[in-house]
Amino acid sequence: MPTYKAPLRDMRFVLYELMNSEKLPELPGYEEFTRDLVDPILEEAAKMCEEVLQPLNRSGDEEGCRLENGVVYTPKGFKEAYKQYCDGGWNSIACDPELGGQGMPKIVCTVIEEMMCSANLSFGLYPGLTYGAYVALKGFGTDHQKATYLPNMVTGKWSGTMCLTEPHCGTDLGMLRTSAKPQGDGSYQITGTKIFISAGEHDLTENIIHLVLARLPGAPSGTKGISLFLVPKFLVKDDGSLGARNGVSCGSIEHKMGIKASATCVMNFDNATGWLVGSANKGMQAMFTMMNAERISVGMQGLGIGEVAYQNATAYAKDRIQGRSLSGVKDPAKPADPIIVHPDVRRMLLTQRAYVEGCRALAAWAGEMLDISGHHPDPKTRQEADDFVALVTPIVKALITDLGYEAANIGIQVYGGHGYIREWGMEQFVRDCRIAQIYEGTNGVQALDLVGRKMPANFGRNLRQFFHPVADYIEGHQHNEQMVEFIGPLAKSFGRLQQATGAIAQRGMARPDEAGAAATEYLRLFGLTALAYLWARMAEVALAKIAAGGDADSDGFYKHKVLTARFYYERILPETSSLLSKIMAGGKTMMAFEEAAF
Amino acid sequence: MKILVPVKRVVDAYVKIRVKPDGSGLELANVKMSINPFDEIAIEEAVRLKEKGLATEVVVVSVGPAKSQEALRSAMAIGGDRGILVETAETDVIEPLAVAKILKAIADIEKPALVLMGKQAIDDDCNQTGQMLAALLGWPQGTFASKIAIDGGVIHVTREVDGGLETVKLKTPAIVTTDLRLNEPRYPTLPNIMKAKKKPLEIKTAADYGVNLAPRLKVLKTTEPPVRKAGIKVGSVAELVAKLKTDAGVL
Repeated sequence: MPTYKAPLRDMRFVLYELMNSEKLPELPGYEEFTRDLVDPILEEAAKMCEEVLQPLNRSGDEEGCRLENGVVYTPKGFKEAYKQYCDGGWNSIACDPELGGQGMPKIVCTVIEEMMCSANLSFGLYPGLTYGAYVALKGFGTDHQKATYLPNMVTGKWSGTMCLTEPHCGTDLGMLRTSAKPQGDGSYQITGTKIFISAGEHDLTENIIHLVLARLPGAPSGTKGISLFLVPKFLVKDDGSLGARNGVSCGSIEHKMGIKASATCVMNFDNATGWLVGSANKGMQAMFTMMNAERISVGMQGLGIGEVAYQNATAYAKDRIQGRSLSGVKDPAKPADPIIVHPDVRRMLLTQRAYVEGCRALAAWAGEMLDISGHHPDPKTRQEADDFVALVTPIVKALITDLGYEAANIGIQVYGGHGYIREWGMEQFVRDCRIAQIYEGTNGVQALDLVGRKMPANFGRNLRQFFHPVADYIEGHQHNEQMVEFIGPLAKSFGRLQQATGAIAQRGMARPDEAGAAATEYLRLFGLTALAYLWARMAEVALAKIAAGGDADSDGFYKHKVLTARFYYERILPETSSLLSKIMAGGKTMMAFEEAAF
Repeated sequence: MKILVPVKRVVDAYVKIRVKPDGSGLELANVKMSINPFDEIAIEEAVRLKEKGLATEVVVVSVGPAKSQEALRSAMAIGGDRGILVETAETDVIEPLAVAKILKAIADIEKPALVLMGKQAIDDDCNQTGQMLAALLGWPQGTFASKIAIDGGVIHVTREVDGGLETVKLKTPAIVTTDLRLNEPRYPTLPNIMKAKKKPLEIKTAADYGVNLAPRLKVLKTTEPPVRKAGIKVGSVAELVAKLKTDAGVL
């Protein structure tokens, strides 16, 4: 059975040594979040994840959810764990204090989200969906809607969903058919079928608040004719108590590859009573507010799974004895050496580690910028941070879920045959992580978002928020003797990224398919270069601590941080060279293929 | 009824302890520290007594370096009302008798009806402070408690002893030290962690209480336990008995 210990040491390194979380209290609204408060919060979050959520991960996967007479039952233990989770105040970490939330900085929330995803990804989806609905409703709901629904969503007494997908439309929501008929009393009758609705129906909460995309009569076709509606499972009376059951029901639950403890529902809306959220035909705008927050969260899922896969692969590699070291016996007392003596096993473990620690830094960078964009007093600083977040959101989502999936898959490989056996739990990580590359916009869609929207947005202003700090860093460190091994290759990869950016901008203008053909490789090139920049900075911090002497590195943390950085630079970053070749090859060959020949 | 709960910041129970290469002590730099688990049980019990209306105030106290504030904040996140830190230098070696003397001085001022504390700290496993404190104060003691019931001014303490369970009746004020099975400490809620930061915490020194911290014990050397040797397989019962007699010398 897999185990999990939250990597608090590394998380603190990222927050307080790499990033500037020491300065969080300077941002208005975050005054309280000094390190002496954040530390115990992280410790308690770790305990909750390790002791309450993680033990239900395997059993939840084996048991799955079950639908009986329209009622969905979550696996054994989920209800109790959910109650404990909400009682502890964890449901509302990111919510507004005025609504009863904890108002925690985003950078701290991303760290806690990572822990939850490592411990139990399926469980985390229930509160995760509520938070998405909370964000949309808070941003676009009327005062009455907010007062009626938000407080109970903050405590976790009620949950939320986002109902977008229909059987014939997922990525292209412009085709959706669910209809909303005005009733003359301010309410609407919603009719249609939604599929793939996470937490659409379950037994964890008293009420479920569905946010549903639908069309008003005579609405323009395409995405410009879509509106957002609030449809509660139980209608809420004026005094706040629950009234009649609304015309929304769960038709079936999907039988999935992974995240089996998360109920993925077909939801039937049959003249269900709903209310408009935001303006008519402006539903996509509200939905994207939610979607951008969710995409960062999905990135955390890849990170969390990568971390837990690394932890267990490491434990197994130290424990599993098999054969002897190529360079001579290492443990003569035993009939064989542990497999960690082998370079190839180390290659696998260090690949996982370099991915995970690099992605943790990237997520924290995005988290820090989210905090600045939401709380900084200076509008220009806020705008710049916002540009950065817009730019890196598709990268956080796609790169981290891709690398997290690769890390999980390596986890199986380290276990050999046992990795393929359910009882060991390693294959569950792969199955659970797989969806993260797909939902909230497939990683292919993320890549198109990057090249098609984020790259050209504001005449390249977004791009500058990444290009400038990296260029400055290279410039500022190129004469630093100790950093030579990092700055050279970083400059090279950065040059490749600039070259690819220019080429795509130029070719894409004349032939849009060229931008499309380059998108996935471009996103990875961008992501790997971002990680290289962060790894250089991490190595710089670690080298300084080592140089300071004393017992700062008595546990070898910094020494191994530098070694992991070196591994990243030697064994992973060179991939940017082949990525550039692929991007420069263009899309002609692919497009020359005749459809019928496929 | 006021309850005083002493807590100690110790190396976390899940950390694998390493001895310093020169044998001068344990490697404590960069090691995860936590509140002593037995003390956590004591604070949980005190808070439960308060929640039942049997106690009015829970005061937590720690003797140790500045970072012991973390242990006090953890105790206040569980439900302690206020804290006292008797701050010592990072390098001070603090022995149970000195702690007991400080606690006596604090008890003289605070006048608690009950001092509820862990039976021992998991770092040095001394298991002495509670007993010494009882002697210094001249109060009754109930050690290794697995159950506590309060009935007016009388505390019924069920103790875990070698032969099984023993129940003693103590008149307040009294000292009770907690064993592992007394309760299962709660997970502090997030709002309570945030509130704990704002609860009053007084910083004092040993000198404030007229206590000299100078150690009375001398540590000669700290070493790792010897590595266990691999076992052997025997062919028969007779061989086993023979080996137990001759090689092991236990029969």
